Amino acid sequence: MRLLRALGLILLFAAGFGAPAHADEGELRTIIAKFATSKNFRETEAVVRELAATGDPAVGRPLGALADGNLSFRKSDGQVFIVSEAGGALTLLDPLSGGRSGEAASREVTKVRVNNSLRRAVREAIGALTLNSPDAGVRLSAAETMFRSPDPEAIDALDAAIAVEAVANVKSRMEEARAAAVLASDLGDSEKLAALKTIERRGDRTALSLLAAVKGRADGVLKGAAARSAANVRETLSAWDAAQNVWFGISLGSVLLLAAIGLAITFGVMGVINMAHGEMVMLGAYTTFVVQNVIRASYPGLFDWSLAIALPLAFLVAGGVGLIIERGVIRFLYGRPLETLLATWGVSLILQQAVRTIFGPTNREVGNPSWMSGAFEIGQMSITWNRLWIVVFAFTVFAVLLYVFKFTAWGLHMRAVTQNRRMAASMGIRTPWVDALTFALGSGIAGIAGVALSQIDNVSPNLGQGYIIDSFMVVVFGGVGNLWGTFVGAMTLGVVNKFLEPYAGAVLGKIIVLVLIILFIQKRPRGLFALKGRSVEA
Amino acid sequence: MRGNTSLVVRLASAGLVAAGLLASPALAQEDTIKVGILHSLSGTMAISETTLKDTMLFLIEEQNKKGGLLGKKLEAVVVDPASDWPLFAEKARELISVNKVDAVFGCWTSVSRKSVLPVFEELNSLLFYPVQYEGEESQRNVFYTGAAPNQQAIPAVDYLMNEEGVERWVLAGTDYVYPQTTNKILEAYLKAKGVAAEDIMVNYTPFGHSDWQTIVTDIKNFGSAGKKTAVVSTINGDANVPFYKELANQGIKAEDIPVVAFSVGEEELAGLDTEPLVGHLAAWNYFQSVDTSENEEFIAAWKSYIGDDKRVTNDPMEAHYIGFNMWVKAVEKAGTTEADAVIDAIVGVSVPNLSGGYSAMMPNHHITKPVLIGEIQADGQFETVWETPGLVVGDEWSDYLPDSKDLIADWRAPLSCGNFNVATGKCGGKGIN
Repeated sequence: MRLLRALGLILLFAAGFGAPAHADEGELRTIIAKFATSKNFRETEAVVRELAATGDPAVGRPLGALADGNLSFRKSDGQVFIVSEAGGALTLLDPLSGGRSGEAASREVTKVRVNNSLRRAVREAIGALTLNSPDAGVRLSAAETMFRSPDPEAIDALDAAIAVEAVANVKSRMEEARAAAVLASDLGDSEKLAALKTIERRGDRTALSLLAAVKGRADGVLKGAAARSAANVRETLSAWDAAQNVWFGISLGSVLLLAAIGLAITFGVMGVINMAHGEMVMLGAYTTFVVQNVIRASYPGLFDWSLAIALPLAFLVAGGVGLIIERGVIRFLYGRPLETLLATWGVSLILQQAVRTIFGPTNREVGNPSWMSGAFEIGQMSITWNRLWIVVFAFTVFAVLLYVFKFTAWGLHMRAVTQNRRMAASMGIRTPWVDALTFALGSGIAGIAGVALSQIDNVSPNLGQGYIIDSFMVVVFGGVGNLWGTFVGAMTLGVVNKFLEPYAGAVLGKIIVLVLIILFIQKRPRGLFALKGRSVEA
Repeated sequence: MRGNTSLVVRLASAGLVAAGLLASPALAQEDTIKVGILHSLSGTMAISETTLKDTMLFLIEEQNKKGGLLGKKLEAVVVDPASDWPLFAEKARELISVNKVDAVFGCWTSVSRKSVLPVFEELNSLLFYPVQYEGEESQRNVFYTGAAPNQQAIPAVDYLMNEEGVERWVLAGTDYVYPQTTNKILEAYLKAKGVAAEDIMVNYTPFGHSDWQTIVTDIKNFGSAGKKTAVVSTINGDANVPFYKELANQGIKAEDIPVVAFSVGEEELAGLDTEPLVGHLAAWNYFQSVDTSENEEFIAAWKSYIGDDKRVTNDPMEAHYIGFNMWVKAVEKAGTTEADAVIDAIVGVSVPNLSGGYSAMMPNHHITKPVLIGEIQADGQFETVWETPGLVVGDEWSDYLPDSKDLIADWRAPLSCGNFNVATGKCGGKGIN
């Protein structure tokens, strides 16, 4: 506490304000009450600055509430509260102590309006005040804010915070913020050269722009040093950029793999051109939506498990529909690819319209469980959790499928039937059922792909259409009838696409990939991994 | 073969007409005024257009409750152009010459509008087009009740420039006519305001683009150059959800890099968790959150009509509301539904809009509207943070493009021209009519 007080004092002296570190509560309340009377954003911002200028850490609570849009005032007496909503009624909390001070209907209070620049002002205002927050996350964002808006007068406060900081990455962020402040100050060259090194170690684009700014305004030794640092940062960044592109490629590849792997079974192994494949993906996504809806309504605590619950259900729903399609339509059309194509296309339209009728034409909200939200950093590369889990999931599905095909009796039957139907039948395999189950398996896999895709794409009746062309492309490119071909095909297309995108743009990149595939198919009509032997001719 | 197909088409359309009839059961069998509804109910655009079909049925029902028009009941004729642009022209022709409708409310994408224009001109009927669009057009038979670029894009850019101090711009859009033209206008406008070419990044993506990793990273990198950066998004429809999801996951906050969107409204946000998106912006002429008594009534009536308390309202719905009421008023003024008389009568007609003022039909067949800038809130609604002090007149030919800055449209006699060149004093400068 003593430290806090000292810090507050330092801050205030630095800022040149004469008010005491702990403004008395009455004074704070008078300032806070002004929120109720400010007519526009500029006036509100002035109140924010006034509050920050008191330097009292207690203002962190009302300012934070303001930024989150939770600060309101009562219409009857203009008193300002922090509100929290619970089941229609609002609970009023005291803006300074956070204690309960009554309830109100939502009509009785008016929200203090905020916009982006106001939120930014609040963030900058409380940046220095929250440097000593007990929450490491808050300290981290405070340091980050101070790095972005360097202020030479905050150096002492940062020094004090660095001295007591225990968490390593927060500490290094604080050191970087201090370095940025040093570079903006009028300290000596030796201090500044050390600061340049710290910034260089940070090595991201914000650091680069800071170095560029220093290079612009400095002269002599400092200018040269800044230029060298900037060049170093640029060099490491370009290596990281390449790594990032590979990661994006793998991530796109895994999405393609998920979408295509069911098709690799129905089209690749069975030879059925299934235009309704995309709709199986869509059914999986809608199953996820229904599961989440039920969970939201009845068991909110289970929300993080919603995807795990949706997976088997999506497999069953899509697999079941696949079974019905095979038994009802496709089995009459084996060996007639054109008719199969038209019939399954019709089925796809029917499924789309059915979903549109039942769930409505608009997008449905499928939430990300907490373990699939946000991102983490490796070096200068940021990896989003949902993409990472989708990559892991795609690889797992692929491995399981490979196992089923290679090492189970069912897989053996499937391979036997597709390679030589009559021979398999004479060996006592019930080929019609193997056909039906294989098709159901392919559809079911598409269904669980839908669960994963619901996390990154929109859940609408058109979901499947976006993936059908890509899926066929992957399967044809990889080589019909070969799961490994699909895997390699998906990854290649993903990575090539992502390396082209920064140079050619998304539209042209896609066209180039298509042209490359056409050229490739001219050269190798059977794709990357062509099946060999008699089964090919059958 | 040909006979068969047309029979199928006829049967199908008969079915649709029957569906339309069923949807508005309270009408008399004869002597009705027919209103055509030309919105896709299947295919990619169904996501946005189905709601507008429901809006029109709702407005027609409300009008019939008030006693119809000219002593007759209104009758809705619904057709489904199935997000297929050439089919729009075919269905428009069917509505006008087979079903004998007196006015058509419909279309969403610019390409569908362009596809039906010749039909409306040839058969001399009326089209009310409710969606914000790229401008550069004014046609005698078409009434543009959505926003022109100066009623949406330009004020949004002004807001970012003045209120948020933005100096670096990313213009991201889907690769088709509306984003391309709007971005061209915006680029010219920004350069006129002194923004350097290297501070503008233009990016196009295909329809339904779902992998935004690279582009969002590019935006992040572009925004870390030390100048305040904003994204102006003309990304259309389906591609928005994955775009916003990627923004949220990569942790791009509205305070750092705000995204202002021209095609994202309440309907589009319904498919998203908006908690991480608070503060990103949209520019429209109407938000559901607008606090006026007209709006409150409209929302309540709409919710009870559709039977779903969670359904939202949005800007194109308001445009249909305004357009429909203007048509009703013009028909009453003219005393007939005959196209030429209505075209003459409708200019100058003014009706209440939902944001608390009056919108008027201008001689260029565009309307006056207020421009609102809203920030996304955690509950999926927008909060207005800025609005134009008065109404803005839709400017059909942009003043910022060299090709069109000399053109004006005025459909009143004696000028009666959609592309009058004020420099040469001749009608027929540029465009399609």
